[in-house]
Amino acid sequence: MGGAVTAHLHIDSTSLVHRLPAHAKLLGLLALVLTVVAIPAGAWGPLAGAVILGAAVLASTRVPARHTLPRLLVDVPFVVFALALPFLARGEEIALGPLRLSAAGLVAGGTLLAKATTGALAGVAFAVTTRPQDLVLALQRLRVPDPLVLIVSFMVRYLSVVGDDLARMRVALVSRGFRPRSPAAWPVLAASAGALFIRTYERGERVHLAMVSRGYAGHLPAVEAPVTEPAHWATALLPTGCALLLLLWAVAP
Amino acid sequence: MHVPDGFLDAPTSIATAALAIGAVAAALRGARRELDDATAPLAGLVATFVFAAQMVNFPVGAGTSGHLLGGALAAILVGPWTATLCLTVVLAVQSLLFADGGVTALGTNVLLMGVVGVWTGWLIFRGLRPLLHRSRATVGAVAGLAAFLSVPATALAFVGLYAVGGTAPVPLASLVLAMGIWHILIGIGEAFITAFVVGAVHRTRPDLVHALRTAERVVPPVEKVTLG
Repeated sequence: MGGAVTAHLHIDSTSLVHRLPAHAKLLGLLALVLTVVAIPAGAWGPLAGAVILGAAVLASTRVPARHTLPRLLVDVPFVVFALALPFLARGEEIALGPLRLSAAGLVAGGTLLAKATTGALAGVAFAVTTRPQDLVLALQRLRVPDPLVLIVSFMVRYLSVVGDDLARMRVALVSRGFRPRSPAAWPVLAASAGALFIRTYERGERVHLAMVSRGYAGHLPAVEAPVTEPAHWATALLPTGCALLLLLWAVAP
Repeated sequence: MHVPDGFLDAPTSIATAALAIGAVAAALRGARRELDDATAPLAGLVATFVFAAQMVNFPVGAGTSGHLLGGALAAILVGPWTATLCLTVVLAVQSLLFADGGVTALGTNVLLMGVVGVWTGWLIFRGLRPLLHRSRATVGAVAGLAAFLSVPATALAFVGLYAVGGTAPVPLASLVLAMGIWHILIGIGEAFITAFVVGAVHRTRPDLVHALRTAERVVPPVEKVTLG
């Protein structure tokens, strides 16, 4: 369980996407996905274009597929839902072999599949190219309130510490012959989670006192803003521009 | 289960994002009352705990397993405002660093899990708290009940959003039925896990169960402090 917590998605490299400032990349990601979501249902050309665009953005990170493909699997539960839609939705039905499918459900399912896949491709592209500490800086530069940025920074900083705590508990259980196979194991697993909460909360109290003793007064230290050149913005918003063209294509008469 | 991009239409996604921003702003003010100036480190560490606790696999049998959602648990342990902040940060980090849950659906996910899930659990636990003073052994049971009801409540809130901005013409009645049955099953798991975890914390550090506190936050005595 600990390994999974600390298995960060970020893969170090020097591609164009890696070098973009994280706040520009984050705005670019939001704008891209929002534009794709706005494409009307059933506009198959633009929707296929959006999936290709997402794949191109991911390919431009030059991160090997063996790192990115497993991450795309988070999409799977909704692929199942999208495939079920033709059977669930009502309205005009079309026969496909022995099956009777809802036409509206087919359109909605296909559209959802295309949009969710594009979102996942672009999301993985952001995740593999952005270090946790850069995400914290990006949120700070995008004027997210200080307390929230601080909470994010504590979370990314202590994720591997707490994950290792959990892994040690698991090793301790397994080395005593614990093999969780059925709900009978739940009280033991939940007791570990309870112990983890107490340890983590107490760690928070110690961290707070250590910060106060070093002069913490409730604010983030100011960081010098790295220069964001117009070229950075242009690169970060390029996929959004392409998506806007797809949206225009979809809504054009 | 995180809502992905494209599940709700663009206007609904933007509206839920605006609502979520309002809720988080309120939670930032509320959390200062719950945790004082220790808000950032404590909420940050509790968020890390929620994230890690969601990684623990609880075997259901036949090779399948489920995991905790943690909204009601966090509300009972650290108070609803802090819990909303923690769940928000967990969902944001999952969406941005792990690509789990769509970025345009982040507002929707925060609203469902960080607001509806957290506050349903909190209100039910606080509503039943008068019963607890007679028998301390029921703490886990009441926590379990709060967690159980918080899951179908979240699912129903999702169905409500889907009725407003859903992208497929699924009959609402069958969606309520399917989501309801499925989430009642998930809720049963959530209930047992939450009951056991709250029970375990209550046995060792009853002062840490926020929902059982009567006075304001108690500052830990100095002689208890250890360095590390």
